[in-house]
Amino acid sequence: MKMSFISYLINGLSLGSVYAIIALGYTMVYGIAKMLNFAHGDVIMIGAYMALIAMSQAGLSPVIAVLIAVVVCTVLGVVIERVAYKPLRNAASSLSVLITAIGVSYLLQNIALLVFGSNAQTFPTVIEWTGITLAGGQISISGVTVVTIAVCLVIMAVLVAFVQKTKPGQAMRAVSEDKGAAQLMGINVNGTIALTFAIGSALAAVAGVLYCSAYPSVTPYTGAMPGIKAFVAAVFGGIGSIPGAFIGGLLLGVIEIFGRVYSSQLADALVFAVLIIVLLVKPTGLLGRKIQEKV
Amino acid sequence: MAMLEIKDLEVYYGVIQAIKGISFEVNQGEVIALIGANGAGKTTTLHTITGLISPKKGSVVFEGKDITKTPAHKIVSMGMAHVPEGRRVFAELSVYENLKMGAYTRKDKNEIEESLANVYKRFPRLEERRNQMAGTLSGGEQQMLAMGRALMSRPKIILMDEPSMGLSPILVNEIFDIIRSVSESGTTVLLVEQNAKKALSIADRAYVLETGRITMEGNAKDLLEDDSIKKAYLGE
Repeated sequence: MKMSFISYLINGLSLGSVYAIIALGYTMVYGIAKMLNFAHGDVIMIGAYMALIAMSQAGLSPVIAVLIAVVVCTVLGVVIERVAYKPLRNAASSLSVLITAIGVSYLLQNIALLVFGSNAQTFPTVIEWTGITLAGGQISISGVTVVTIAVCLVIMAVLVAFVQKTKPGQAMRAVSEDKGAAQLMGINVNGTIALTFAIGSALAAVAGVLYCSAYPSVTPYTGAMPGIKAFVAAVFGGIGSIPGAFIGGLLLGVIEIFGRVYSSQLADALVFAVLIIVLLVKPTGLLGRKIQEKV
Repeated sequence: MAMLEIKDLEVYYGVIQAIKGISFEVNQGEVIALIGANGAGKTTTLHTITGLISPKKGSVVFEGKDITKTPAHKIVSMGMAHVPEGRRVFAELSVYENLKMGAYTRKDKNEIEESLANVYKRFPRLEERRNQMAGTLSGGEQQMLAMGRALMSRPKIILMDEPSMGLSPILVNEIFDIIRSVSESGTTVLLVEQNAKKALSIADRAYVLETGRITMEGNAKDLLEDDSIKKAYLGE
């Protein structure tokens, strides 16, 4: 019992790591562009297909395949922002950009449907390593699980350092607080927003590969569910907060895996129930701060 | 030739005309006050100069270069800093980080340290609080930070929007002393103020803005003595 508890916990952290990586994209974009990019989940799916094609059809090595997925998604993210969201940045209603994001989401799904078809395709093995066994063989942790958690930790550390220490990172913080004042400092707001979409989409590609390594099948709808759950994780942790997305993602993954132990049908319901409870008790999320509007 | 020249500027918010064709100029080394009541178009004028708003007609010429269509983020490196209304410091950044933001476009690392030391010398309070989040500062300290942040870009001209707003009389005096000393150290100042008396007392020349038009201009000293100004803006 105790051993299975530990193994569930580790699996939960691994799934949560994927959610955290996706949630980082949501939360950074929200923090800076003040919009919910509902197409973010579908960028994950595109990333997964790119890696799949690179490996299965072009026969490239996993590392190259991941790089291709990252590059394609980065470009895709920047193009989506430039074409679909930027023209609406000063729109009267923030609803218009939200609805556009939902439209982009369906557009990506349907393009994938057209190009790749609706049949599930088997995702190739990216991580060959079989993993480790602990406690004299009682606990075995797959290589994918270990790599996923490690990648998430590295991404988190790099991202925090980037935002705190580098000039573009500080520009991001300034833009997220006050676009006008940031411009007066000489910060290119459009460039900074584009950079944020680029980073978020690159992370989505990584998440896509990791997710499909754990659940090795890809369809045009692969990104939808993890996308929504990562959104829940971002809100759970406090949307706009990078550490919040990290903690929210991990917690959500653990809750989902333990929920699945109890009932595989109820696991998803449990995830969303948690969101509702958190929002009732603490509307700003775990680490979210209420931003005071100054007169 | 004037350092900053505003010609026939017209600005609209949708269909409402906020600025109805104003022209004025600022010469090197001057302190120019732009006074007027709430809603006269003072802030709109400053926002148009630094590119946060684009005008429908007219032009802004800085040091002989037409900057009417120059995006806001390219203005500061040309030597023009803008201290916005309501200070707008980055509340979740430390005092130090805010000041570093002011030097965002500068590449000369060593000289940035020098500018920082100068700002700390001018505002000792900011040095004491350099690791504090800017949002936790008092109104007066935030105003000092906003001014210090603008000075970090080593501007040739500094635009200040209502620096005395919401401050106690003692702090207002302190802020105006600082503006005077900024001017004395060689920076040209364009000052927008509702506190006409204070503004006119430190300005060389002034323009009076009324519902989007310049209705009066002249030497600040003369305007201080003008009867209609006294009645409308000085409460005498």
